[in-house]
Amino acid sequence: MSRPINEIEVQILWNRLLSVVEEQAQTLVRTAFSTAAREAGDISAGVFDMKGRMLAQAVTGTPGHINSMARSVVHFLDAFPAGTLKDGDILITNDPWKGTGHLFDLTVVTPIFLDGQAVALFACTTHVVDIGGLGVSAEGRQIYHEGLYIPLMYLARQGAMNEDLLGMVRANVREPVQVVGDIYALVACNETGGHRLREMMREFALADLDTLGEEIIARSRRAMADVIAKLPQGTWSARMTIDGFEAPVTLAATLTIAGDRVHVDYAGTSGLSRYAINCPICYTEAYTSFGVKAALAPWIPNNTGTLDAVIVTAPENTIVNAPHPAAVYARSVIGHMLPDIVYGCLDQALPETVPAEGTSSLWNLSLLAGHGLTGTEGSATRAFNVTTFHSGGAGARPRQDGLSATPFPSGVRNVPVEITEAITPLVVWRKELRRGSGGAGRQRGGLGQRMEIGSREHAAFGIQARFERGVYPARGRSGGGAGATGRLSLGSGGALAIKGLQIIPAGDRLIVEMPGGGGYGDPFARDPALVARDVRYGLIEAEAAEAAYGVVLTAAGEPDLAATARLRAAR
Amino acid sequence: MTGSARLAVDIGGTFTDLVLALPGRSLSAKLLTTHDAPERAVLDGVADILREAGIAPADLALVIHGTTLATNALIERKGARTALVTTDGFRDSLEMAYEHRFEQYDLYMERPEPLVPRPWRFEVPERVAADGTVLLPMDEAAVDRIGAAAKAAGVEALAVCFLHAYQNPAHEARARQILARYLPAEAICLSSEVCPEIREYERTSTTVANAYVLPLMERYLGRLEDGLRALGATAPLLLMMSSGGITTVGTARRFPIRLVESGPAGGAILAQILAAENGIDRALAFDMGGTTAKITLIDDMKPQQARHFEIARAARFVKGSGIPVRIPVIDMVEIGAGGGSIARVDGLGRITVGPDSAGSMPGPACYGRGGTLPTVTDADLVLDWIDPARFAGGHIALTPAAAAEACAASVATPLAMAVRDAALGITEIVTETMASAARVHAVENGKETAGRTMIAFGGAAPLHAARMAQKLGMDRVLVPVGAGVGSAHGFLGAPIGYEVVRTRLVPLAAFDAALVNSLFEAMRAEAEAVVRLGAPGAALSETRTGFMRYRGQGHEVPVTLPPGPYTADSLPAFRAAFEATYHAMYGRTIPRLEIEALTWTLALAETKPLPARLADPPDAPAPPPSGTRRIVDPGTGGVVEAAIHDRASLPPGARIIGPAVIVEAETSTLVPAGFRAGPNAAGHILIERIAR
Repeated sequence: MSRPINEIEVQILWNRLLSVVEEQAQTLVRTAFSTAAREAGDISAGVFDMKGRMLAQAVTGTPGHINSMARSVVHFLDAFPAGTLKDGDILITNDPWKGTGHLFDLTVVTPIFLDGQAVALFACTTHVVDIGGLGVSAEGRQIYHEGLYIPLMYLARQGAMNEDLLGMVRANVREPVQVVGDIYALVACNETGGHRLREMMREFALADLDTLGEEIIARSRRAMADVIAKLPQGTWSARMTIDGFEAPVTLAATLTIAGDRVHVDYAGTSGLSRYAINCPICYTEAYTSFGVKAALAPWIPNNTGTLDAVIVTAPENTIVNAPHPAAVYARSVIGHMLPDIVYGCLDQALPETVPAEGTSSLWNLSLLAGHGLTGTEGSATRAFNVTTFHSGGAGARPRQDGLSATPFPSGVRNVPVEITEAITPLVVWRKELRRGSGGAGRQRGGLGQRMEIGSREHAAFGIQARFERGVYPARGRSGGGAGATGRLSLGSGGALAIKGLQIIPAGDRLIVEMPGGGGYGDPFARDPALVARDVRYGLIEAEAAEAAYGVVLTAAGEPDLAATARLRAAR
Repeated sequence: MTGSARLAVDIGGTFTDLVLALPGRSLSAKLLTTHDAPERAVLDGVADILREAGIAPADLALVIHGTTLATNALIERKGARTALVTTDGFRDSLEMAYEHRFEQYDLYMERPEPLVPRPWRFEVPERVAADGTVLLPMDEAAVDRIGAAAKAAGVEALAVCFLHAYQNPAHEARARQILARYLPAEAICLSSEVCPEIREYERTSTTVANAYVLPLMERYLGRLEDGLRALGATAPLLLMMSSGGITTVGTARRFPIRLVESGPAGGAILAQILAAENGIDRALAFDMGGTTAKITLIDDMKPQQARHFEIARAARFVKGSGIPVRIPVIDMVEIGAGGGSIARVDGLGRITVGPDSAGSMPGPACYGRGGTLPTVTDADLVLDWIDPARFAGGHIALTPAAAAEACAASVATPLAMAVRDAALGITEIVTETMASAARVHAVENGKETAGRTMIAFGGAAPLHAARMAQKLGMDRVLVPVGAGVGSAHGFLGAPIGYEVVRTRLVPLAAFDAALVNSLFEAMRAEAEAVVRLGAPGAALSETRTGFMRYRGQGHEVPVTLPPGPYTADSLPAFRAAFEATYHAMYGRTIPRLEIEALTWTLALAETKPLPARLADPPDAPAPPPSGTRRIVDPGTGGVVEAAIHDRASLPPGARIIGPAVIVEAETSTLVPAGFRAGPNAAGHILIERIAR
């Protein structure tokens, strides 16, 4: 029976639910093994009512699970109706189309019982260290290449773990103890949430979450509707071409603001790739919805009420709506680009609001050595496998320069060089801002970075490359220039491709030059003092002051205002 | 000749507090902080308090001092012109930080500017590998050129931070010798001395912050010592550190970064002493002032320790937005919630409180100083928890009508609710926010808040403590006497101590007892050299901690290690200690995974017995209340008749039943319905829940 809840109680309980999912998420971050989870916060955690409506979600590192996990709970309830679930049951999947987009993400759902009655579902997702198959490679051609596929199933029945499944997992992944450890971390995370929820319900004498859930969803829906209703109504389109794997990919979007909804449709987008950069629609929805929400209503917590306000569609068999059995491991390559395309549309509706394009797709370095990959000495090949998180430059904002070496839209953090070197034979010789890589503009784009990596052992090592913006740069906005393109090369001079496994021969070094973000506004309108600073700080080449910004500097490096005015007027 | 008088001085942002402890009595004083020359208020205060006590400066046995000076220099960016000398290719590590956005949804986020601008971040060709091997010898000529360039640029302090210097400090040490040709050696800080711990960004950040505040603290401490001597005080001056230990001026001058957050650390030490006096095994210290609230967990009379702290968070209170320093600290969570925190309604119709504060100017609306936005104090007043005539000892006359108007305009009207309901909403939300922060903090450390006793101090805590305890599943709250100068009181109870750190990756599978022993011997020698300066001849106690994890994890858990020396047979004890800690934090262990220790610390402190548990006073009859007032009960929201008691009139052992308000000069304590309260033998008020 739902009891009436007064206004103050609704507010307190809403806050409490947000705190419950925060605790749930913390538990996962601190017990997980995969670097993606613990360093990059590549997890999500949330609480749902028994109808599968999400009431609260923790704010974690990557937006890729924002509504993919929410939808996933609905898939679970379709397969395992609420009435059939028992206390102690736990469900699991890594189905890319019913989970969060690739096999590496395990989603676990736990029904929570209070006094014998199922009152809520807790769901959480994390990116595990390994799932078998090709591993961290974007070169899979079909999902069957990409590892162990766990359909929606029981992980535990009434408290008894599904040991058969765990045995299958152990036999199929490269790091069995860590992956099974992560499965237990997911279980513990939901347990923590459930424990807190039961405490809350007892404290407030709630028998169910129906009334509270209605209030949260209705208020959030109303708030989103209020925000959207104030926007200019209409339809806007944008296109962006990126490198793709075997051929350039065009991302096309049409954004419609109508009434209380924002609709983004990706008709006109390129077809599927033969390789693993295809994006299931759930992941497309997640990054699209994140982009819209960050620009329009960042302060409204995510729940079913807010997710419903953004509708995402795409024709099947486009790279943003890849069906089974397409390979999808590196779906983030495409997913991370979607906010840029959304902003291409929004900029027309709401000028001076959204940033210029940025590097967007992460430049994570998956470095490895091992038999069959970098050598053929069998067990004599010293094997290692490490992924470190890095970012190029972000796009300039209407009133601020872009952030250098900072991820957007992803929210990962880097791994310290000293940690990487302590656990591998690698030596990072340089890791520095890449001069001149930020797009010119009234506000300059963020700089990418340059890294130089070798091995202490006289042995080859490899990089599983899945990088973007190598040919097509991040474009500027409102007259701003493009950021520099990124590249991979060898210390000895040869160029490497930025997609697929690349080998660095023994004794050579890998040079990584990450892209810069696009600039915002006319570079000739940039404050000459900032241009002088950028030269003094070595962020742009001295020649760029005049060539790109129309700023003449004195011998002392100060702006010569009269000469600058003349140069700028003569354009 | 020195006597037995001990003096504690705490410089805070607004007030400089002094406490003079004499045999059998103590005196306290509060002066406005003199920001331009902080020693002035200290020296004035010392002269005053000694005069009042009727003792001579030479009678002082000890002066213990804590100050926010270093913290303020970092927040206000008023430190030295600092340069960084680092490994070739890594000068941007300080600027790139974690390559992270600390606000996921904020398109307009900005990172704080690095303390050292790029042109002053100098690079030296040199390279040490993770195991300490030299891969590239240091280019000494380059170091020499940097010294000259830094001097020419007017640099006052240098931070030297080379990759893997925690493993092999030789290049840093040699660099200092060369750089000392150009700058005073004392102004050159080495990462291998300030923070010999793995993770280059955090080590660099800590070393740079140390250098940045060093010249300023050096000058200040010099002036303070001179001033005390000029007064005739011959007692040693000791400094309070963020770890809760105290140290000598010499150490403070070398490692001034260890002095940040010393005030709050003093508060935690006070709570620790109170926990001991009252036999509280599991305590939660809750300090709520005008702008912020701080929460510390205290188990077995030991405040929880950590090695990470963030200064000057850009977006107030957002994790990851400040300057990270790795130093020993008392672990506390800080929330932007205090009496001055401003309440409003957001776009979702939710009441939000803080983190911005009305401060003391204009202050809450009820101060009548021009503030029109409702604060927590305004809500307290609307709920009749505060007597407007007696607030702050009657020094600030409050205007209830202004409080009601502010609550109405900003909260009640937009939400179409009664002003009282709006005020209750404000106090409930701020209490909920603090309670949530406490709960998450506990979970992050594998702990619970339920069943603890709260120790509540700071001006705003006694009004909100009982309600907050309820939300955290806690049945008892202790409100100490004289909580207004709590930090300074805490200083007097702090031991002389020092903690040192080393990083050595030791997989337990390859446990090398000799290596670990030599590591701890070196750490003990380093710590003892520092501690002996302040505590010659004292008995010392040592705590060893290993920061351990399962191989593959990126986060270590602090594991208290058995005392050494170790042998190969110590291995099971290490494993057991790790598994017990891991289990306590995460509820399970993981069989078959390799365990490794990455970082090691040794904390050494003079053995300072905590006070014995006080006997419970015999029951005493409570005097009749001085009056009654109709107030809103925080638990039920209903209006109830509350008894008003003067704290001074309640004898130890007396018990009053809530709803009641206990009034004193500095603050009021709210005893909600369902609670009883009364002073213990030491006069501290214990609030207890009567029944669930």
